[in-house]
Amino acid sequence: MSDPSPATPGLKPAVEWADPLAALKEAAIAAAVAFGLFGLLIGFRTEQGPNGALVIATRFDTLAEFVAATFVGRLSFALTRHRFTVPANVFVPTAVRKTAAALSPYLAVALLLFALAVPVLFYNDRYLLDLAILIVTYIMLGFGLNIVVGLAGLLDLGYVAFYAVGAYSYALIAQDFGLSFWVCLPLAGILAASAGLLLGFPVLRLRGDYLAIVTLGFGEIIRLVLLNWQSLTGGPNGISGIPRPSFFGLPFNTSANGFAATFGLHYSPTHRVVFSYYLILGLALLTNWITLRLRRLPIGRAWEALREDEIACRALGINTTTTKLTAFAMGAMFGGFAGAFFATRQGFISPESFTFSESALVLAIVVLGGMGSQLGVALAATAMLGGFELFREFDQYRMLVFGAAMVAIVIYRPRGLVATRTPSVSMRERKDIPADLVRDARTESPA
Amino acid sequence: MEYFVQQLINGITLGSIYGLIAIGYTMVYGIIGMINFAHGDIFMVGAFLALIAFLVLVAFGITAVPLALLIVLLVSMALTALYGWTVERIAYRPLRHSFRLAPLISAIGMSIVLQNYVQIAQGARVKPLPPLVQGGYTLLEGNNFAVRLSNIQIIVVLTTILLMAGFSYLVARTRLGRNMRACEQDLKMAALVGIDVDRTISLTFVIGAALAAVAGLMFLLYYGVVDFFIGFLAGVKAFTAAVLGGIGSLPGAMIGGILIGLIETMWSAYFSIEYKDVAAFAILIIVLIFLPTGILGRPEVEKV
Repeated sequence: MSDPSPATPGLKPAVEWADPLAALKEAAIAAAVAFGLFGLLIGFRTEQGPNGALVIATRFDTLAEFVAATFVGRLSFALTRHRFTVPANVFVPTAVRKTAAALSPYLAVALLLFALAVPVLFYNDRYLLDLAILIVTYIMLGFGLNIVVGLAGLLDLGYVAFYAVGAYSYALIAQDFGLSFWVCLPLAGILAASAGLLLGFPVLRLRGDYLAIVTLGFGEIIRLVLLNWQSLTGGPNGISGIPRPSFFGLPFNTSANGFAATFGLHYSPTHRVVFSYYLILGLALLTNWITLRLRRLPIGRAWEALREDEIACRALGINTTTTKLTAFAMGAMFGGFAGAFFATRQGFISPESFTFSESALVLAIVVLGGMGSQLGVALAATAMLGGFELFREFDQYRMLVFGAAMVAIVIYRPRGLVATRTPSVSMRERKDIPADLVRDARTESPA
Repeated sequence: MEYFVQQLINGITLGSIYGLIAIGYTMVYGIIGMINFAHGDIFMVGAFLALIAFLVLVAFGITAVPLALLIVLLVSMALTALYGWTVERIAYRPLRHSFRLAPLISAIGMSIVLQNYVQIAQGARVKPLPPLVQGGYTLLEGNNFAVRLSNIQIIVVLTTILLMAGFSYLVARTRLGRNMRACEQDLKMAALVGIDVDRTISLTFVIGAALAAVAGLMFLLYYGVVDFFIGFLAGVKAFTAAVLGGIGSLPGAMIGGILIGLIETMWSAYFSIEYKDVAAFAILIIVLIFLPTGILGRPEVEKV
């Protein structure tokens, strides 16, 4: 399957049609590889036999389809490859790009207005409201992780740990001490931030990918402790009956001092859903606002400097220890807020909600959005979770497509959906620059 | 005392399996400086290929255990190597000059793909296999506890030693090994002196995957069950082993693997079995903090 390099201009005349024999050979090799890959795993299926032992069933028709698809796909690719030698970014016409560029400053505002209007527009569609809450929860998580990954350039594979700490803190404090949501929320944030510091301290000296693995380990440790510390967390059964949010003390129920009665409305369960939506939207916007403000403060600039070049940072006298620690703690705190919201919204939490795949999903949102871009995170979260919902009937293929998309995005659009960077500091005019022009010394691969 | 010796034997067997997987991590990290996050899942694919190959052989009536095992070993090594090659070709090679975190993110995506592919193709249920290799020796007879060394444990440890010997020879004496060591020192320079860098990297993945397939077969024989999720935990533990032994060092990977196997077994035997995975992750963190270069690793020099 190794590519013969495309015809070099100047040395050979441009080829109108690829050599069909070579293309056939290439496709045959690809089909042979596909046969090797899928032969056993697709061609045969292991099944539980009548007496408990495994028996084997054949699926040669599916296997043949796979191999044939590979052959045809590779053949058509090999025959038309020379036509794709245009630069990768010219697929979108210039006019479209110009219009998009002109509209982009208003895109964020339009999205925000739309987000505010969602409960009004879809008041009667409970399903859409629930989906919107889910999406905004992930946007919030994405914003939090964006501080760690996008701004400070520290790859965190265990972000779900802080989400879990926030959720369990809220659940336990609210249940055992009977405190209200608004008291528990900061407490959950503080506890999650402490967990961030706890993790941050030991891992400060580690380089990029070591850090990633350690944070992964930390996330798993938290999950395993939650799973096994039965007396506190209820183990695999989780915690149920978590207090639901109240409207500044007015519960959402049919009682005389409930929300509906106080405002003279007919009781409707949608009230609480709408309130939850605005609650998480408010939290997400708060996160966004704080992040944007922090980027202008010395600490935010230090984060970005750290992302670009750690050694230069140290040479300039930036304290990399405190810089990394604050990034971890800030990111963790917002994760904790989101966790507290998740707990109060669901009313039930268990360790199953906090597996590695959640971390991977949030990370994918940040990467797909274009690391460091707030708008990108919002778009990516909407696209990804919306996509999951659209393909709900293909449930079992969901994660497969998700993983493949992650690979494809990193290969074809490594800078994410919003591939521009807005400099935090500028002279007269703030101008977006394409991220390809930013050369990160630290993130460049060593080769 | 007898109990301890028994745990020692079990730990070394488990550690051999981790060591075989760890070699794949350590080689790839040594040459292109990336954590091949999908390697644990390559191991899982290897175990599944071995399982299916064995069932197919049984269906064809080949039931002589030694012959069947040999064929299964070769088939699963070859096919898993093909998986390793394909993963590198599709997900890592295009990112050779991308930003530093790109291959890791791509590897996470690949790991998710492999897991779900096997889950869809073969089902989510645990796949049991009746014990193929039975019998063993009683080494020590205590008051109420006998130390057993089963044949399968002997096979696992012997195979590991043989493969390690062969592999060390490959790296130290052959042309491919020399190319690999050159690439490890400096990719650009290696390319300048005429080494086909892409081919060397491909072969590194192929060898790593083949060793992971052996580990997969051993795991299948030793535990008798596989499912699509075994790759994640085994992968993280094997990576811990590679780091503990000093990443980039081959004997280090083996030593690290055996240590991790011993610690995990001892922890389950003397403390609590629920927290054995916590112990493995905690060791990873502790090692990285206090011994970031591992037991046999060289300190990494940062240059501007």
